[in-house]
Amino acid sequence: MRAKQIRSLGCVCFVFFVLNSLTKWGIVVFDTAIIGCGIVGAATAYELSRYHLNIAVFEKANDVACGATKANSAIIHAGYDPEPGSIMAALNVRGTKLAFDICKKLDVPHKKTGALVLAICEEDIGIIEILYDRGKQNGIQDIQLISGCQALEMEPNLNPSVLGALYAPNAGVVSPWEYALAMAETAVRNGVTLHLESEIVSIQKTKAGFQITAKGGMVCEARTVINAAGIHAADIHNLACEPAYTIRPNRGQYYLLDKSQGTQVSRVIFQRPTIEGKGVLVAPTVHGNLIVGPSSEYVDGENIAVTREGLIGVAHIAHKSVPGLNLRESIRNFAGLRAFSDLDDFIIAEADGTHGFFDLAGIKSPGLTAAPAIAEAAVELLRQSGLVLEEKEHFIDTRRVVRFRELDVEQKILLIKANPAYGRVICRCETITEGEILDTLHTVIPPRSLDGVKRRVNAGMGRCQGGFCSPKVLEILTRALGVSPTLVPQDQADSWILTENCNKKVPPCMI
Amino acid sequence: MHDLIVIGAGPAGLAAACAAYDSGLRDILLVERDCELGGILNQCIHNGFGLHYFKEELTGPEYADRFIRMLKNTNVSVMLNTMALHITPQREVHTVGAANGYQVLRAKSIVLAMGCRERTRGNLCIPGTRPAGIFTAGTAQRFVNIEGYMVGKRVLILGSGDIGLIMARRMTLEGAKVLACVEAMPHPGGLNRNIVQCLQDYAIPLYLSHTVVDIQGRSRVEQVTVSKVDGKRNPIPGTEISFACDTLLLSVGLIPENELSSQAGILLDPRTNGAVVYENMETSVQGVFACGNVAHVHDLVDFVTTESQRAGKAAAESVLGKLVVGNELALQAGEEVSYTVPQRIRISNADQKTDVCFRVRRICSNSRIKVTSGGVELASYPRKHMAPGEMEWISLPYALLKQARDAIEISVEKE
Amino acid sequence: MTELICIVCPCGCHLLVDEKDGYKVTGNDCPRGEIYGRIELTTPTRVITSSVPIDGAIHRRCPVKTDCALPKSLIFDAVRQLKEVELTVPVHMGQVVIQNICGTGASFIATREMRWESI
Repeated sequence: MRAKQIRSLGCVCFVFFVLNSLTKWGIVVFDTAIIGCGIVGAATAYELSRYHLNIAVFEKANDVACGATKANSAIIHAGYDPEPGSIMAALNVRGTKLAFDICKKLDVPHKKTGALVLAICEEDIGIIEILYDRGKQNGIQDIQLISGCQALEMEPNLNPSVLGALYAPNAGVVSPWEYALAMAETAVRNGVTLHLESEIVSIQKTKAGFQITAKGGMVCEARTVINAAGIHAADIHNLACEPAYTIRPNRGQYYLLDKSQGTQVSRVIFQRPTIEGKGVLVAPTVHGNLIVGPSSEYVDGENIAVTREGLIGVAHIAHKSVPGLNLRESIRNFAGLRAFSDLDDFIIAEADGTHGFFDLAGIKSPGLTAAPAIAEAAVELLRQSGLVLEEKEHFIDTRRVVRFRELDVEQKILLIKANPAYGRVICRCETITEGEILDTLHTVIPPRSLDGVKRRVNAGMGRCQGGFCSPKVLEILTRALGVSPTLVPQDQADSWILTENCNKKVPPCMI
Repeated sequence: MHDLIVIGAGPAGLAAACAAYDSGLRDILLVERDCELGGILNQCIHNGFGLHYFKEELTGPEYADRFIRMLKNTNVSVMLNTMALHITPQREVHTVGAANGYQVLRAKSIVLAMGCRERTRGNLCIPGTRPAGIFTAGTAQRFVNIEGYMVGKRVLILGSGDIGLIMARRMTLEGAKVLACVEAMPHPGGLNRNIVQCLQDYAIPLYLSHTVVDIQGRSRVEQVTVSKVDGKRNPIPGTEISFACDTLLLSVGLIPENELSSQAGILLDPRTNGAVVYENMETSVQGVFACGNVAHVHDLVDFVTTESQRAGKAAAESVLGKLVVGNELALQAGEEVSYTVPQRIRISNADQKTDVCFRVRRICSNSRIKVTSGGVELASYPRKHMAPGEMEWISLPYALLKQARDAIEISVEKE
Repeated sequence: MTELICIVCPCGCHLLVDEKDGYKVTGNDCPRGEIYGRIELTTPTRVITSSVPIDGAIHRRCPVKTDCALPKSLIFDAVRQLKEVELTVPVHMGQVVIQNICGTGASFIATREMRWESI
């Protein structure tokens, strides 16, 4: 009896050891490995998590939405801009419809503000007429051409010499990083595994599909790979496939203005589009600020610096739409990189010659808008390639976030009674409480940095830009994570904030 | 219903609460968002406070302590860890705190003493990347003096305002290397004693007429580029100097924190970024007073104290029905003067002397301050030296105010 | 000849001090400036303010200052001595933290009350 028990125990230990080793060596086979967790990767993970599939997402940064997804105009475009018949056009229009639905379901801040494309000079009239026709061809029912007077009635702060405008009531604004985060969180809650700080360094073709190696040594196998790597899509593509396209990063610089400027306009205000894109816009943000930009210039590598020339250029053009724009009320400047490919349209296809590798590449504007539609297209590609897609019976498709500042007095009183942490205001400018920050630490994708907290709850996003709250947020994070404050980064892992503890017995060194 | 709610327990709030008590109010509530009384003074561990008010040189915490002790001799109630979120023109104050939850309080009078915030990199639109290691000087001061952590090893300071100068010395004494202090104006912004004791003492170079034109660094600051500027503060190409550093401290201005004031419909002065106030610090909303940095940025806490005592006393008078609201005179900023506080005077309410604070637009040596009304000169005060970084004040006698026919203008003329 | 700005009052007189002529001071508008100019170049002194670690209080640092001005040349030595200190609550205003800094007879004293506070 004893020998049998020992043998059984031995078997159990052996199996446990093997499984443990397999997991340690990362030899797990996924149905799909998604590379990149920006808006496209997150939307694709969310869409795929509806099905009985084993999915992993690999993201090189320490959080989702760290690339272009956190540095763009935050617009849900109506869809009059892309060339009719293009993939971009179809996915833009489909995406607009899906976007507002998803934002409602997943509690993502959004607003259907409508948009105006202004005609400021005679030549512009012809251009907005072309856009109107395009919009109609792309299937948008409710766009209209309006007169200058009508535009000024809608938006009194516009350039008084505006001659007319294209009005698209179905455009809107969203919080793009919260949108990506909401979809990524929902995907994880539905069984997707997310690997942050996991830059992919090699993809080898195998019998089952692909062997994927991440920085730090993690190895896994996946039957299919979806490439949603933004400006690095071509690099990822070339790890496994014959080069097929190039990506040239194109930088857009922005002003973000104080909330006191947030009501300058209530709709997204465009001027005529340029060769590079939709031109400089002035728009309210979903948080109540005003966003002005972007510029457009090609850069080398990951150059997201803001330049004097870039900002002056943006200011000059923006003043043509809204002459009274007070850029001295700027609270922040930032820049994002568009993934311009050398092909005109989105690249949403299986790689030539590499079965099972799917590109979602060159996703420049209207990428944010189209993201959920791109995800649907990716699912279709997987289905066509032979992957069996069986819908889950129980798919978690809701999400709720407590936002103290949006509650009425009664609700605030009850909330604090239930949990006093909601009574401690940490971010003065945006009225964010300790309770909300602690909530983020209990989500499936908790923040790993001050900026991670900022993206989740807005603490640090206000006019003082974290001057008041950052010591407090840091204190909460160190307490919750149980680490020294010197180890909590501003954003990415090596963006240290504090150097050292003053409380140690080392004499000051006189350099 | 309280007699008085004071929002903020820094030097302004403390002085106002004590003065209101001394003037007869007995139901005063002092609301403070931090965990202790004293406000910004708690992190100002350097000395230089109290030279005028106490005729002694004190550190920030010592100065605060004097008023905290005075407060303990009153029956003023204090709510710490409590943030005022909203005030209405009807003098309703919404507060929130872990201990007392969300409360809607009412008061017969309110003193606003919320202080100010610091101007940020984003306000100045400084080009470059957005790495960690860029702090406003006050936030860095909080980290070093209260939290006990250093914010960097090789530091560049933009702005020669007092906070930047103080931090230059503080960082040096804690072992950092401060490479330079850079100032866009052709003259220093802070007090001369700080230029001497914070920069010169430590051989930290001061670059006047220079500003930061680029910040580099992927995750943390690696390099900051500084350039000379012309008279319009535009960078002059070809004058760039690069500093290899890991920290940039910004001391580029303070902005009175008037979010609550705007909500209450209080009229603000765009020149001070604070409320338009009368001679007794009352705002455009009856029964609401503003004092200290929330009304206009001060250089010396001693003047915050006297101004706030005036506000506290006036709040008491307003509750006790002793305020007389009569004809108003506007105070105007004339030649070389950027603003005056107060902006309006009600003669019927004026004391024997009415203190007027103002700042000059540029350095004025050997000048005189002229007080005129309707073109007639009513008084003149000679001054050897005035600078924008040092707030000036004059005391207008009641008799002079009676002579004024029209708005009173304060201007500065070279001798 | 050394140029100095007097810091005794806001006038900020630009002083000239002649080291070769018995530290004669010119450019001062009042006698305090003359004294300042001379002392600043012969035996300059400073009050030093800093902070030390403290355990059990509401903050991790307790502010301190020297109870009188020390020779300027001793600033770094004095601050180095502070690195040996670790306080525990309670600390009283004016409490001596280091006696006889660098043999000068001056002390570092606490500049605030700090009592036991639970976090």
